[in-house]
Amino acid sequence: MWRPCGTIDDSYEKDLAIVRTPLQWILMITGLLVLFLMPYWVSPVMLNTINLIGISIIALHGVNILTGMTGQITLGQASFMAVGSYSMVLMVKYWGLSFWVATPIAMLVAGAVGIIVGLPSLRIKGFYLALATLAAQFIIPWLIVNVRPDLTGGADTLTVPSPTIGGFKFSSQESIFYLCMGTAVLVTCFTRNIQRSRFGRVFVAIRDNDLAAEIMGISIVRYKLLSFFLCSAFAGLAGSLYAIWMRGISVDHFTLEESIWYLGMLIVGGMGSVSGVVFGATLIRSLNILVSYVGPFIGSFFPAATSLAIETGMGPVIFGLVVLSFLILEPKGLARIWERFKAFYRLWPFSY
Amino acid sequence: MLFLQFLISGILTGGIYGLIGVSIVIIYKSTQIFNFAVGTLMTFGGLVCVFLLSTFNLPFWLALIFTLMLCGALGALIERSFLRPLLAQPILTLIMATLAIESILRGAMLMIWTGYTVSFPQGVLPGKTFFVGPLFISFEFLYAFAVALITFALIGLFFYKTHTGLRMRVTAESHDVAMSLGVNITKIFAATWMLAAAVGAISGIFIGNRMGLQVSITSAVAFKALPAIIFGGLDSLAGAIIGGFIVGVLEKLAGGYIDPKVAEITPYIILLLVLMIRPEGLFGQKRVERI
Repeated sequence: MWRPCGTIDDSYEKDLAIVRTPLQWILMITGLLVLFLMPYWVSPVMLNTINLIGISIIALHGVNILTGMTGQITLGQASFMAVGSYSMVLMVKYWGLSFWVATPIAMLVAGAVGIIVGLPSLRIKGFYLALATLAAQFIIPWLIVNVRPDLTGGADTLTVPSPTIGGFKFSSQESIFYLCMGTAVLVTCFTRNIQRSRFGRVFVAIRDNDLAAEIMGISIVRYKLLSFFLCSAFAGLAGSLYAIWMRGISVDHFTLEESIWYLGMLIVGGMGSVSGVVFGATLIRSLNILVSYVGPFIGSFFPAATSLAIETGMGPVIFGLVVLSFLILEPKGLARIWERFKAFYRLWPFSY
Repeated sequence: MLFLQFLISGILTGGIYGLIGVSIVIIYKSTQIFNFAVGTLMTFGGLVCVFLLSTFNLPFWLALIFTLMLCGALGALIERSFLRPLLAQPILTLIMATLAIESILRGAMLMIWTGYTVSFPQGVLPGKTFFVGPLFISFEFLYAFAVALITFALIGLFFYKTHTGLRMRVTAESHDVAMSLGVNITKIFAATWMLAAAVGAISGIFIGNRMGLQVSITSAVAFKALPAIIFGGLDSLAGAIIGGFIVGVLEKLAGGYIDPKVAEITPYIILLLVLMIRPEGLFGQKRVERI
C-alpha cells in the first residue's frame, strides 16, 4: 500500500486507519458535506441522474467483488437486480411488509439466487462461466414474466409504493437521494473493509491463481460462492432501491445490455479498486446523460426520422468507444489515473 | 407425424445456428477470442445486402458477393484496429472488447437503419412454403439449410485443401509453433476475421430473408447459437454444426410439446446443463490445467 510520506504510525489503530492524514480528513468531510448538500444546489433533473449513479455504485460494488476481486466474470448483474427488486416489491405488496424489512430479505433472496447461478463456477471458469451467467440473464427475466404472471404482472410494469418511516414518505427525489446516497456510502465503506480484510485477500488469491490458493488451504467452494452471494446481494439492494427510484418496475429495465454496461463501468473505473467503482459508475452514467442532451442537438441537423435514430444509436456507440479506448490505452482504468495524479501531487515541485 | 414436423423445422433452423456457431468457432480456434459481436456482424451483413438489393437493384448473386466483401473488410478492420492491440490479454478484457465492438456496431446500425424492421424485397429468392406429404417445409428455411450445408462444405475444403487453411490450422494449434514455422500469424488473424464475418453475413442474409431484420432483435438470435457451440465443443467446427442441429431440434420440440414460450429459453437451459455436466462439449478438447 502506498503510504504518504512523513506520516508515522505509532499505534495499531493508526496503522489500520483508512483516513490517515489531516488533508485526507479535510477532503473527506468536505466531500461528504458537498455530497449530502447536493439537493440544495443541483437541479431536480440532475438529482435524478445522481440517484441513478448512487444505485449503480451499489450494484457495481457487487460486480467489483465478483469480477474485479475474485476474477469470476458475470454477465448477469441486471438479472440479480431484477430478483432483488421483484422480491422486495412482491413482499411489500402481498405480505404487507414494510420496505425496511423487505429489502434485507430481498438481498438474501437475490444472494441465494446468486449462489445457485454461481454453482457452475466450481467446475468452469473464463468464457464458460461468462456463458453460464449469460444463460441466467436470459432465464431469470423469463421466469419472472412467465411463471406467476398473476403476481408479477408479466411483462407489464409493477407499481411500487413509496417507503415511509415514522410518517415521513420517501417519495420526492430529495428524500430518495438521501436513501440512495446514504446506502451507497455505507456499501462503499463496507467493500473497502472487505477488500483489506481476510475475505478480500482470499478473493484476490483466488483470482490470481485458484489452484495455488486451494493448496494454501483456502476453501475455493466457500469463497467463490461467498463472492457470488455478496455480488448478488448488493445487486438485490440496488434493485430494491431502483424500484423505489423508478416507482415501477418491469423486466425491460433489467436487460443483458444493462449487465454489459456494469462490466463496462468496471473496466472504465478500474477493476478491483473501490474508488474505481465510484469513478466508473459516475463517468458512464454522466456520459449517458450528456448523450441524451447532445444527441437531439446533433440530430436537429438531420431530417426527423434520422434524428431520432441518431439519438438512440449514439449511447451505445459512445459507450463502446469509451470502453474500448480504456481497454487499449489504460486497462487499469480511472483508478490508475487517480493514483498517478496523487503521486504527481505529492511529489509536485521536485518529482525526482 | 407431428414429431417429424418438429424434427424437420428444427433441423432447418439449426442450420442457421450452426452457421453462426461456425463463425464464432473459426475466430476462437485461431485467436482465442470469443466473439460476442457475431450477432451484430450478422445483422450488418443482412442490412447491407438489403441496401444493395433495394437501392441499386443489383441481382441477388452480385449483391451477395458485394456483401461478403464488405463484411470481410469490416471484419479485418475490427481485428486490425481493436483486437490487434489487445493480443494475449486476459479473458475479461477480450470478452469486454468484443462486447464493446458489439455496442458500437449496434449503435451505428441504429443510426443508419433506425430501429424499425427492414424486410427483404419480395421475390429475391423464389419459392414459397410447400408440402412433402403432410409435412410442411418453408422455402426460406430450405434455402438457408442448403446454403448452410454448402458453406460448411466450402469451409471444410478451405481448411483442409488450401495453403491458407493449413496455416490457419497450425495457428489454431499453437501460436508459437506457427510463428517458428514462418507463418505470419497477424495475417492469419485478419484472414480469420474476414472469413468469420463473411460466414456471419451469410447467416444474416438468410435470417433476414426469413423474418426481416431488426437491429436489436436479429442480433439477439446469435445468442441462441452459443449453446450450439458449447454443446459441440468450443474448438470443434463439426461440433458447432452438429450442436446447431441439436439445439434447433430441441428448441422446436420443447416449443411444440411443452409450451411455445418455453422455446425461448430452451437453448439457455441446454447451455446450463451442458456447462454443468460436460463443459468441454461433445467434440471439444478437454482442457488440462498445468501448474
